[in-house]
Amino acid sequence: MSTFLDIFINGAAVGAAYALVALGFVVIYKATGVINFAQGGFMLVGSYLAYNFHQTWGLPFYLALVMALVGGALVGWLAEVAILRFMVGQPPFAQIMVTIGLLFVIQEVVSAIWGPDTLDMGSPWGNRTVKLGGATISHQNVWTLVFAFIVVVAFFFFFRFTSLGLAMRATSIDQEAALAQGISARRVYGVSWAIAGAVGALAAIMLTAQPAGISPALQFTALLAFPAIILGGLDSPVGAIVGGLVIGISQAIAAKWIHWGTGFSDVFPYVVMIAILLVKPYGLFGTREVRRV
Amino acid sequence: MAAAVAFTQSRPARAKRGHPNRALVTDYRRDLRMFPSWLSRFALVVLLLIVIAIPFQVTDDWLTILIICGCYAIGAIGLNLLTGYTGQVSLGHAFFVAAGGYAVAHLSSDVTAATHINWISSQPLIVWLIVSALIGAVLGALIGPFALRLQGNYLAIVTLALLFFSSYLFKNWGAVTGGGSGLNFNPHFALGPVDFANLDQVGFTSEVQGLFWMVWGLVALAALLAKNLVRTRPGRAMQAVRDRDVAAEVCGVSLLRYKLGAFAISSAFASVGGALYLAVTQGHIEPGPVSGVDGLILSIIYIAIVIVGGMGTVWGSIIGALVVEGVPQLINRYSGSIPFLGSNGIMSVDSFNNLLFGVLIVVFLLIEPLGLAAVWQRIKGYFRAWPFSY
Repeated sequence: MSTFLDIFINGAAVGAAYALVALGFVVIYKATGVINFAQGGFMLVGSYLAYNFHQTWGLPFYLALVMALVGGALVGWLAEVAILRFMVGQPPFAQIMVTIGLLFVIQEVVSAIWGPDTLDMGSPWGNRTVKLGGATISHQNVWTLVFAFIVVVAFFFFFRFTSLGLAMRATSIDQEAALAQGISARRVYGVSWAIAGAVGALAAIMLTAQPAGISPALQFTALLAFPAIILGGLDSPVGAIVGGLVIGISQAIAAKWIHWGTGFSDVFPYVVMIAILLVKPYGLFGTREVRRV
Repeated sequence: MAAAVAFTQSRPARAKRGHPNRALVTDYRRDLRMFPSWLSRFALVVLLLIVIAIPFQVTDDWLTILIICGCYAIGAIGLNLLTGYTGQVSLGHAFFVAAGGYAVAHLSSDVTAATHINWISSQPLIVWLIVSALIGAVLGALIGPFALRLQGNYLAIVTLALLFFSSYLFKNWGAVTGGGSGLNFNPHFALGPVDFANLDQVGFTSEVQGLFWMVWGLVALAALLAKNLVRTRPGRAMQAVRDRDVAAEVCGVSLLRYKLGAFAISSAFASVGGALYLAVTQGHIEPGPVSGVDGLILSIIYIAIVIVGGMGTVWGSIIGALVVEGVPQLINRYSGSIPFLGSNGIMSVDSFNNLLFGVLIVVFLLIEPLGLAAVWQRIKGYFRAWPFSY
């Protein structure tokens, strides 16, 4: 039983990090209809900035974390203002490719600045673990769950009770109607990219806050969030969280109990995703697209 | 039918100077012609002559670069049929490239796989090309049904999943794929009595010259097949599916047939391109570079070729391959004379190539979303209407 709890909770913690990455995708997709492949780049920026602030400049870890989030938000906002703004109205495929191009650029700039080696974030959690009802959980995982919970609650309040959140919801439902009500679509787009940058940075820091955790390969973790967003439905924040947790836990279960050759646990999330997509082509919580001829 | 008036981009050369850019075609048959004007036919002949002449004029290093570009061009033409003409997004193109590679490996000599059957090895060029095309087509047809159920972005992610499945499959099915370390093989390039790897008797002095001729001959063949496909009924049906698939279905275009068919044909091209590339330049295949994350990068390279060249143009794919694959090779070659590259510069040559690749994609999509083919059309249009501005 304790093994199961172990796997369940640690899987959920990894899943929570995926959920954060997935939230970054969903926020942008909901507002602008773009699948942002550069999310992995935002993660890189966030993680390396946190390293830079904490290890190189010697700032306290939590301050560095907050500053890295701001940095991630800034990069996300810049990407929108400088590039994606000019792609509005282009076919979705072209927009995906622009974000892929952006990913290449960010990745190379980051590794030109910080080098290709693995780095140590130097988080206060280190390798320490805590016992909880028979399960052994690392501090890192506990904090990942806590931060993910905070972000989810913050999202809820932001979209429910602030005027900007309301504006974003209105824009995603009907952009023209929102414009007619005096909502600035530009501002909404910029803010969604900034939020995605910040959430991506947070996810990256939570994934890499262990000794020798940061490396340029981090960007590929964003690819593991794809099953999560597709599973939940591209435009559903709830779906992102459910999807992230499902993927994290199923991956942990596959790693522990399904031994079908090497690397099956990496593929298993995609198996789950395709199985669900064939039944529900727009994911579990995604909006069914109404298509007119 | 014959009375149908269609607008096309190309105009008969005898029309009066100063007319608008777009020409009227009064004859349906003329509208379907592959090379409508004497100018385009002339250009084709010149182009063929250049391809034939290049191996005599250029050093082997350059020929190798051009061979690589040619192999990519074949796969890119396939992807263009799928994405540019049928509008189906695929991030899984690398999977079919890999399938072609494994096919040619088993049809060559000196293969290292455990289950290798002796009687299928040491096949001549024509056999392994056709077999790899068939294998690609079958695999593509298996993926096609997903496109019926899923749209745009969702389809993109499912085809992305294909790369991770294939990575798992290639690594674990060691008996056939040689596992993580892959297969070494020694392909044959003989077509009947002509062995392209050994053309001494007709005046070629090196192996590369013969292989260049073979690869670019196949590029020409692929381009011809593709161009013929898109101008006939299936091609128009594919474009109807791209423009609005529901409307196409209402008009009687079978989505099953054309989405499946587009996947099959595009994958066949990819497999042939992959088989050629691996046979000519590597003689080795392993899961690493063709599946998983690196496979995604390979797929992205193909997409970049299609975008840079121009979506929905066959010539564009070839030009795109020359630019996207050729430029990094040039940088590799001349990296010594670029001051900030190398071990004491700010980034490595590979990094610079990646950076340039990213910038290239972004700039092209921002400034010229229709690719180099559109630039060419504009230049042509300008001179056709000259001295008037339209």
